[in-house]
Amino acid sequence: MPETTGYLVLNTGDVLEGKWLSSYKYADGELVFNTAMTGYQEVMTDPSYAGQIVTMTYPLIGNYGWNEVDYESIQPSLKGFIVSTPSHNPEHYESKYTLVEMLEKHKIPALSHIDTRALTKIIRKHGEVYGKMTDNPEDKPVNTSVNPNIVSTVSVAEKITYKTNNSTDQKAPHVVVVDFGYKHSIAHSLLELGCDVTVVPFDTRFIEVQSLAPDGVVLSNGPGDPKALAHLSTNLKQIADHFPTMGICLGHQLIALAYGATTKRLPYGHRGSNHPVKDVQTGKVMITSQNHGYVVDYDSVKMDDWYVSHINVNDKSVEGLKHKTKPLMTVQFHPEAHPGPIDTHHLFVNFIKQFITKGEKQHA
Amino acid sequence: MPKKDDIKKVLVIGSGPIVIGQAAEFDYAGTQACLALKEDGIEVILVNNNPATIMTDENIADKVYLEPLTCESITKIIAEERPDGILPTLGGQTGLNMAVLLDEAGVLEQYDVTLLGTPLETIQKGEDREMFKSMMKDIGEPIAESLSTSSIEEAVSFAKKVGYPMIVRPAYTLGGAGGGIANDEQELRTIVKNGLHYSPINQVLIEQSVKGWKEIEYEVMRDANDTCIIVCNMENFDPVGVHTGDSIVVAPSQTLTDRQYQMLRTSSVKVIRELGVIGGCNIQFALNPDNDDYIIIEVNPRVSRSSALASKATGYPIARIAAKVALGYQLDEVINPITGDTYASFEPAIDYIAAKIPRWPFDKFTGAERSLGTQMKATGEVMALARNFPVAINKAIRSLEIGLDSLHLPGVEKLSEQELHNALENATDERMFIVAEALRRGMSVDEIHDITAINNYFLYELKAMIVKEQEIAEKGWRQIDVSDLQEAKGFGISDHTLATLLQVDIKEIQQKIKTEKLAPSYKMVDTCAAEFSAETPYFYSSWNEWDEVESLDGEKRMVVLGSGPIRIGQGVEFDYCSVHAAKSLQGQGIDAVVVNNNPETVSTDFNTADHLYFEPLTVEDVLHVIDKENAQGVLVQFGGQTAINLADGLKKAGVQIAGTALDAIEAVEDRDLFYQLLQRLNIPHIPGDTVMDIHDAKAVAQEIGYPVLMRPSYVIGGQGMVILHNEHQLVDYLSDLQAKTHDNRIFPLLIDRYIEGYEVEIDAICDGADILIPGIFEHVEKAGVHSGDSVAIFPAPSLTDDHKQTIEQYTKKISEELQIKGIMNIQFVLSEDRQTVYVLEVNPRASRTVPIASKVTGVPMVDLATKVQMGEALVSQEWKVGLHKEVPYYAVKMPVFSTNKLPGVDPILGPEMKSTGEAIGIGTTVEQAMAKAFGWKEDSLQSLREQDTIFLSLAKIDEKLQRALQSSNIMIEADTETQALLSAHDIHVHKVVSVQEAEQKCLADQYVLITDTHRTGEKDEHVSLREAALTSDTLHFSANDTLSAYINVAQIEQESPQSIQYYRQNKPNINKKERAMP
Repeated sequence: MPETTGYLVLNTGDVLEGKWLSSYKYADGELVFNTAMTGYQEVMTDPSYAGQIVTMTYPLIGNYGWNEVDYESIQPSLKGFIVSTPSHNPEHYESKYTLVEMLEKHKIPALSHIDTRALTKIIRKHGEVYGKMTDNPEDKPVNTSVNPNIVSTVSVAEKITYKTNNSTDQKAPHVVVVDFGYKHSIAHSLLELGCDVTVVPFDTRFIEVQSLAPDGVVLSNGPGDPKALAHLSTNLKQIADHFPTMGICLGHQLIALAYGATTKRLPYGHRGSNHPVKDVQTGKVMITSQNHGYVVDYDSVKMDDWYVSHINVNDKSVEGLKHKTKPLMTVQFHPEAHPGPIDTHHLFVNFIKQFITKGEKQHA
Repeated sequence: MPKKDDIKKVLVIGSGPIVIGQAAEFDYAGTQACLALKEDGIEVILVNNNPATIMTDENIADKVYLEPLTCESITKIIAEERPDGILPTLGGQTGLNMAVLLDEAGVLEQYDVTLLGTPLETIQKGEDREMFKSMMKDIGEPIAESLSTSSIEEAVSFAKKVGYPMIVRPAYTLGGAGGGIANDEQELRTIVKNGLHYSPINQVLIEQSVKGWKEIEYEVMRDANDTCIIVCNMENFDPVGVHTGDSIVVAPSQTLTDRQYQMLRTSSVKVIRELGVIGGCNIQFALNPDNDDYIIIEVNPRVSRSSALASKATGYPIARIAAKVALGYQLDEVINPITGDTYASFEPAIDYIAAKIPRWPFDKFTGAERSLGTQMKATGEVMALARNFPVAINKAIRSLEIGLDSLHLPGVEKLSEQELHNALENATDERMFIVAEALRRGMSVDEIHDITAINNYFLYELKAMIVKEQEIAEKGWRQIDVSDLQEAKGFGISDHTLATLLQVDIKEIQQKIKTEKLAPSYKMVDTCAAEFSAETPYFYSSWNEWDEVESLDGEKRMVVLGSGPIRIGQGVEFDYCSVHAAKSLQGQGIDAVVVNNNPETVSTDFNTADHLYFEPLTVEDVLHVIDKENAQGVLVQFGGQTAINLADGLKKAGVQIAGTALDAIEAVEDRDLFYQLLQRLNIPHIPGDTVMDIHDAKAVAQEIGYPVLMRPSYVIGGQGMVILHNEHQLVDYLSDLQAKTHDNRIFPLLIDRYIEGYEVEIDAICDGADILIPGIFEHVEKAGVHSGDSVAIFPAPSLTDDHKQTIEQYTKKISEELQIKGIMNIQFVLSEDRQTVYVLEVNPRASRTVPIASKVTGVPMVDLATKVQMGEALVSQEWKVGLHKEVPYYAVKMPVFSTNKLPGVDPILGPEMKSTGEAIGIGTTVEQAMAKAFGWKEDSLQSLREQDTIFLSLAKIDEKLQRALQSSNIMIEADTETQALLSAHDIHVHKVVSVQEAEQKCLADQYVLITDTHRTGEKDEHVSLREAALTSDTLHFSANDTLSAYINVAQIEQESPQSIQYYRQNKPNINKKERAMP
């Protein structure tokens, strides 16, 4: 395929020239950057990027190809992909496809040979940046906000149940994952730990959740502004009041909203695999995988019922909440990793322990 | 306040002289650590006897002991200073070993010294193979199965259990001699048998081979709160099988999925926690390319060469943070100095690729075995940063200064298919260039991979580079347009390579690039891929991208050229000079811009200069920086020969060269002009001439008389220099040289009469009118031994006042005549009758001895030279001009060699430099200083008692040696000829043994010392004997003078170590002007 010139035009007035990497052109959306140096496949298949044009700050992308294992969803939801230097000759024993083959297969518009560092600095400077990938440098971005119904585009339509292969018990604990655009690694982590998992649509009513008789509920990550889902607050609070609940990323923000806290936009988000988070109780610092543009406002947290369990070492923003009396814990980062370190994987263990212990008591 | 409030005074142990495997990286680490401690109000006591370093500067530590790194010496320092803590993990293996010795000797306990940072137990767990194995088993981390054995049958049954291939390593052999990789039982039997034979203790280590697996490294930090972070991971271009220090390395890893990256990260964190490291740690993995199997190859629980590389590759200052953590700080309490408002408890994200290529000494040691394996052979390394692999590799190649500026190695075209195949199969320093040639010949990536096991990712990248070059060449100059040039630059192709590919003059390329207004853009190294704002002045070039660097806006901006990779003849001393030049500029209110490419050094620390450009030191790359910064000029005298060599090209491009004019440089570097100059000034020079052919050479040699000294015209460190005693040797040498040289251009050559006189040297600061000489160095060995390899005494003890006056006068004459502005080094030879002072050579730049003279006398030589170059007069400085009065104590410079790591290199001293580093000894008398210099490390000065035996094979004997041998009562063994020689001088030889017998006895550790001064130029029994001394780690000399000096001090009782500040307290102002006195 001959390389043809393409442009990324931004609402900041900047125009970046690059080369089309796939035959799909024209995309518009919010521009975000991810600083992870490995894990482009996981990033590209993470539904939280729905509606966004993603650029990787690491310039060499595609080196180890594309495999059958590292999918975080069945197919990518991101609007567009921007890299500096793509690799066309990947090398890895697991690799099945090249980056370009996958861009074609999933119809993802992509530009290469863009100065991604310059782009990153534009995003950092302006915070919220919208752009359009186009053939015409005179073009202007169409959208300047994210679709408020974005979650409905990535959530499952019907519930899906996965049985664990790792249970030692006859009856494995059952976790319902409310899907706002969940990463498959969340379900994998739970299955690995011996739980059966049922993934349900994001707007599943409390009654329906209850009918599944879960031991615990996970509210998943997902794209967009949490306030766009404010209408779900009552339902989500009902769920969280009733079951041991863990919130991850958007799920964490939604629980916070449901319990009266507020969320706000971060200047340019946290997206990468190197974010230091401190466990307030133990004083331990862990490196976490993150992908979020919004954050729970520290001052809005109802400290009578909640305490802030984790904070970001760099900007001191809220990274986790714990209810003082209820089995409710939420984190802004991604303990399921993929991409990123597994430093906080123990949170899943702690979450599950709550109902395993409870279960044992009931048996006793 | 530091977290450990009881720690107020800390002893830091440096790594000592530079040897292969322990280079400038520890100067960088130590300097950072000392500064980090001082910043916390800690009083820092430093002991390090490497005088060429920045860390031993008085502003880096509160007290600096340039004293032996021995248990005895450091114990005395501890007794005197009573430090609260000791920090040993920043001084390489030397620092660690010292800490262990001190602990074992009970010194730390006796004086209540807390060991800061990583506990000793951890260090031992990392070092002791068996302890390490069992610990890894306990935590379930895989390592290679191995067995130490003396039995072939045991080896075979072990191999049956573990599986082939197996690596066999004979115990205690030089460079792994006699080992190998066995693919089946038959091979194993042969290799083990051979290995047992080679091993002096008849033992081999056999180990599961993971040759061909990916080699991956992780740099990890941990604090006392158990926070662990990965600073950086790295992937070797060369798969397992080549020592990581000899491997081409990129950061971050390129071919690992995130799952694999995290798998090894998790393993790293597990290991560092289990070890209990407080500070930095390096972990090396082998990863199977066909699945996710891995093993841990090695763990270094300290800062290392790799951590210096990781620091420079990411911007994360590992040594600095390690020092803070050792004081008790947590990583989340230490600010990341790069961003200024985020914390050290994060993992750097980089948005470029860093490529390291080792610098090997094979250009000097043409006879050395070039194969790469488990023994590291590189003396230094270069790093290049770029936004893609081809640019990084092209920049790194240019940085090496091996006469190449692309993947093309001249001569490879001549290799037959079989030779090419062999060269691919057996890794040498040239392998990447061989791969390039194979690609050029159309060999497929898969074929090359099958032979080399190099990952296809790297091979495809190299292929893309070759294809691009071929495309350009095919297109031809007329068809080349702007976009072609842009694309070429996007591959990092230099103007020079473009000119070669397109067969046009480089000027045409440069002109076109200028007309099209093409220039590199510069990007910042910020640890965080632009996620946070950073003000770090640390940059690299890119093409076809946005330039984000704002040039400096001071009134005046000067560029200081660094000295590139550490190599023989150009060591860390030039980094010392570059750093001081930059600091001097800053002190004068001038913006300092440093260009260098050596990741090990202080000069490439992000806070040395106002702006640091991590770039190759070529005219093209430096010119871009000068243009970018709009600098007024460039300082070329402080970066060794590297910087001087750029002067001409920069000048021609219109750059102002500060100080000494270019024709002055030429007048001393061109032998003919130089001799004309000396004749004009009435200064005696050694008779000699330049010759253009073999006939000419014979005639000139005849005329000036044998022996003659012969060398190529422009040389660093005496490369290719030889002493020839007759016409037969001359003809042999020339034919040999002609055969070895690719393009047969060995002429012009310089022939000088070889005068075996006494050598002295000086470093002078000159402003054209006045000169300042802090003192004179006198060499112990006679002329003919390279000055870098001579033991040297400062101030010169045996010169008369007349000699000194003559030296001063000659220096002044040369300086005035050439209008030298800045610094120069002059080497003199005093004739054997001590009547004539010849000028041997003038180096129009700072030299190896500058840091020593500066530290010993307190005269800030580089600062003064820089000021002169910026237009200040010497008379307006606080120091007196002329030859300074002598300091009331002595310093001895001791060369230190790494020849034990380079099989095939005869360790005999000669005109060609061989040492990799130097140690210093300071004392109140010459003997005391000499004793400390010889005794620079544990057991290097042995007292030579009656029962000790030495072996001598000497060509002649002199009075000094006669006296020395007569005064000692040690047992002497000698060969027949030497026995005759010694007996004639009333020296009793205990036993006559042949040189061959001596070799066996030497290997069996039966000699305390050997001296063999015979040089025939052949690989004879004398060479074998010297090599045996290397193998068995027996002390060995090859000059009578060194031996005499050694015997004279072997028995003396050493005076206590003192800080340099203490020595200098005595008469500190003798060389300062009255008005400058307090």
